[in-house]
Amino acid sequence: MDLSLSDEQKQLQEAAERFVRDKYPFDSRRKIAATDRGWLPENWAQMAELGWLGMAFSEEDGGYGGGPIETMIVMEQFGKGLVLEPFVPTVVLGGGMIGRAGSKAQKEALLAPMIEGKKQFAFAWLERQSRYNLADVSLKATKEGNGWSLSGHKGVVYNAPVADNIIVLARTAGAGREQKGLTLFVVDGKAKGITRRDYPTQDAFRASELTFDKVSVGADALLGKVDEGFAVVEEAVDRTIVALCAEATGCMDAINAATLEYIKTRKQFGVPIGKFQVLQHRMVDCFTNAQEARSMTLMATLKIDDKDPIVRAKAASGAKVQIGKSGKFCGQSAVQMHGGMGVTDELSVSHYFKRLTMIDLMFGNQQHHLTRYSNLAMAA
Amino acid sequence: MDLALKPDHQTFADEIRAFTRGNLSPATKAKTFSGKHYDRDDHVHWQKALGRQGWLAYTWPKKYGGPGFDVTQRFLFENVLAEEGAPRIIPFGVKMVGPVIYTFGTDEQKERFLPGIRTSKVSWCQGYSEPGAGSDLANLRTRAVREGDHYVVNGQKTWTSFAHWADWIFCLVRTDPAAKPQEGISFLLIDMKTPGVTVRPITMLDGAHHVNDVFFDNVKVPVTNRIGKEGEGWTCAKFLLANERLGIAEVPASKRGVRSLRDIAQVEPLNGGRLADDPAFAAQIADIDLQVQALEMSELRVLSTMAMGGAPGPEVSTLKIRGSEIQQRIAELAMEAVGEYAQPYQPGMLFQDTNETPVGLDHAPPAAPRYFNFRKTSIYGGSNEIQKNIVSKMVLGL
Repeated sequence: MDLSLSDEQKQLQEAAERFVRDKYPFDSRRKIAATDRGWLPENWAQMAELGWLGMAFSEEDGGYGGGPIETMIVMEQFGKGLVLEPFVPTVVLGGGMIGRAGSKAQKEALLAPMIEGKKQFAFAWLERQSRYNLADVSLKATKEGNGWSLSGHKGVVYNAPVADNIIVLARTAGAGREQKGLTLFVVDGKAKGITRRDYPTQDAFRASELTFDKVSVGADALLGKVDEGFAVVEEAVDRTIVALCAEATGCMDAINAATLEYIKTRKQFGVPIGKFQVLQHRMVDCFTNAQEARSMTLMATLKIDDKDPIVRAKAASGAKVQIGKSGKFCGQSAVQMHGGMGVTDELSVSHYFKRLTMIDLMFGNQQHHLTRYSNLAMAA
Repeated sequence: MDLALKPDHQTFADEIRAFTRGNLSPATKAKTFSGKHYDRDDHVHWQKALGRQGWLAYTWPKKYGGPGFDVTQRFLFENVLAEEGAPRIIPFGVKMVGPVIYTFGTDEQKERFLPGIRTSKVSWCQGYSEPGAGSDLANLRTRAVREGDHYVVNGQKTWTSFAHWADWIFCLVRTDPAAKPQEGISFLLIDMKTPGVTVRPITMLDGAHHVNDVFFDNVKVPVTNRIGKEGEGWTCAKFLLANERLGIAEVPASKRGVRSLRDIAQVEPLNGGRLADDPAFAAQIADIDLQVQALEMSELRVLSTMAMGGAPGPEVSTLKIRGSEIQQRIAELAMEAVGEYAQPYQPGMLFQDTNETPVGLDHAPPAAPRYFNFRKTSIYGGSNEIQKNIVSKMVLGL
């Protein structure tokens, strides 16, 4: 048992801190969010150059042999800066699934350029009826010659507006919420038959509703095995959850720091409002919540490579429950303690609050993961 | 970073487990799992066994006769003992006054007192709180007046756990009433058999007797029993409290509590099935289970910092806050799991060795008393509100 970072990991942490300090002061972030794309290609190129896009992939796959700890370190800093570049959809989700389920040819064609910063991905799984059930998929893929034809709808697909490839979870057999019969395909983002409706999310990321109308793909579009896609998705999503938890811990540190600073300086009744015990205790609760969030994120990060999928799933769900709870507490408290300023767009707190709120909703909220954890724990 | 245990740590855990199975009395172990109260012998027999093995003072450095456990060993030791149903080690000697003596005491004091603590031959209690000094501890009034080579102590301590079992008490006393509150305090060790010391039991809301009032009436205490300089007792007091707050989170016991909750939910009936099948109740167990995991990981992070040479900082107050809230919540859920059958009051099942059959299932008699009793956890060791004041001031700078 060892909870200390290696020297390389400390260097990575410093580099990520420096990146956020240089590129993501709040005013810069606001400008980046207002661009059409919603993120900066030069930042993406820098991430590639720093090795972050390949750090969690094996050397065999062209990466640098790191893992979940490296992802955690970088995501935490991204949370502090509310970084907008599409790291999660491209690297953690897309790259992660290709790394674990892709053929040699797919890794060469997709993963290698992604690591160099030259390819971006989106992951389309959600449908209008799915809510948090990853298997509730009805977009159909039917055999067409050697390849397949995809028809149906996908929603809230992060990074779809610019993704070179969209990884689509489709039904090839079964129906409804059956886990068997789901298959992953890698589809060209500009493929004929895809209609996009793009929009920003609440927290300034970019996503799309996608309609697939007889989109033809070749046999080489198949990612992993036919009908066996669910396990790949579930693992990738668990890993993504842990990465998002790390981002959320960064958000919580930042929002708590901003609030602490505010209550030390804002005066009412002739004294800084931080002199009032009722606010002091609420601030301590924020601090404690962030500590617990960090603890659960760290534990999940250290368990996510476990060979037992139950251990992995419990760790991811457990951390997501904590993040949902702590994120809500810190976010709501920060807004409250900032008073009227907290509900404006002008200060960073409302932006952290929005990001924390959206992270709770992504891939299952607190209640969903509490139920998932509960079922797994009671069955054990 | 890695959570995995190395093979030698696994061997270590096996060794601790084998020792516990070989040395913990089955009757004591049964009391742990049935929620019965321990008597003095339960504690003393077990602690003496640990002492003989050199493990009782498991947090002490080797220099003072501790085993010199690393963070992982300490973690495993506490967990295995809890899993095996050992009573918690009474902290006043080993966790509290022992470290004060080896940190602030003279060589003579170390030689005189540490062996008895390490072996559990001498039991200790803590004389901190007074009727007028609870959260405001520095307001204490128990007076020690210097007369030649001894002090004469007069006053009252309260909430003194296990004073009725203790051989010695460590006390904060006022030696200089003219100084600022924190500066006029000294740290004295007092033999409970000294003439003028009397103990009065306090019965708690669950009917149990753990705590007492302790009265001092012209009690003569040799000056050589003072730890540190006169007027510098507050330094010892704060040092001791930081140690207390670390252990007070009681994570291993709460882990055992969560397991027990799941077991109870498997046998308690509901709508023709089991309580465990009720998703609402199962989710409440899951929630507290996760809170325990977060606390455990937070504690490990603190221990890991300490292992690299850091001291437990004021942030350990958050562990005390969360640890106490979690213990209370587990007790609350256990009572709610029992439902209507938590109502019968069955002191015989709690305090005595009896072959009587309980009213309700075996886990029913202690459920409500434990819930009542555990309200103390957010009050003792510095109330949770005081802990928040500490974090607010010392960590957040408010």
